[in-house]
Amino acid sequence: MSEGFSRPVAGHVPVLRLGDVLLVTLQGDLYDSMAHQLQQDLSETISRSRVTGVVIDISGVEMVDSFLGRVLAEIAAQTELLAARTVVAGMRPAVAITLVELGLTLPGLRTALTTEAAMELLAQPIVPSRAGGVREESP
Amino acid sequence: MHTDAGVEARLPIRSDMDLVWVRQHVRQAAARLGFGLVDQTKLVTAASELARNTLVHGGGGLMEASHVADGGTDGLRLTFSDTGPGIPDLDRALSDGYTSGGGLGMGLGGSRRLVHDFVVESVPGSGTTVRVTSWVSRPPRPREEA
Repeated sequence: MSEGFSRPVAGHVPVLRLGDVLLVTLQGDLYDSMAHQLQQDLSETISRSRVTGVVIDISGVEMVDSFLGRVLAEIAAQTELLAARTVVAGMRPAVAITLVELGLTLPGLRTALTTEAAMELLAQPIVPSRAGGVREESP
Repeated sequence: MHTDAGVEARLPIRSDMDLVWVRQHVRQAAARLGFGLVDQTKLVTAASELARNTLVHGGGGLMEASHVADGGTDGLRLTFSDTGPGIPDLDRALSDGYTSGGGLGMGLGGSRRLVHDFVVESVPGSGTTVRVTSWVSRPPRPREEA
């Protein structure tokens, strides 16, 4: 169901540290500038704190358009370059349906149904991501 | 029967904050007209793409929302207009992957897939108007391209 008006919040999205993992919870409707700020904050925090994983909980996000989709994919890519992994958790079914229809399947993005599952995924040894991974193909 | 209050609106698109208001208005208007959750999400996403086009490529503009009816079916019509440079090659702008603004190139072609009717009028040098309409409980538009 729609929660009606979710007021946009200005400023930074809080980034919490849980052991080796950074947890970010996106809520409601984001300004573009906040998404960009988060992208920057995350890479700075990763390189400073040497965490190995990032979980972005988007269960409170009602819409992902191509802008936010691109920001999420870029966060995942830059996290990878900083020797950490990103998992996007809790995407709503309506958001997934819309993203595919829009043409954005975000192949490089690891996903989990819940934050808990995302933490478990990050605790596992490194498996190749969906896109960049090694694919066994016999000629 | 619902009233048109809460549906009809003219909203400026001049900043990324205005994009938030556009999305919230479309969400509320669609819910009020009886769109289901998935259809609301599609409409809000299409509106976000089109409003961002208006802002980034058109240099800002306006969204108008209105309630339309066809027989017994309610619909929501959203019109995005700007007085920017216009789109020189519409076919190319509508194709996936084409971008001139640093996005993923899904804006125009992608949002067309999220609504029932999609009309774009663009005059180079004087602006672009995109009008989209979706109807409550109507199946999605058939795919025309692969």
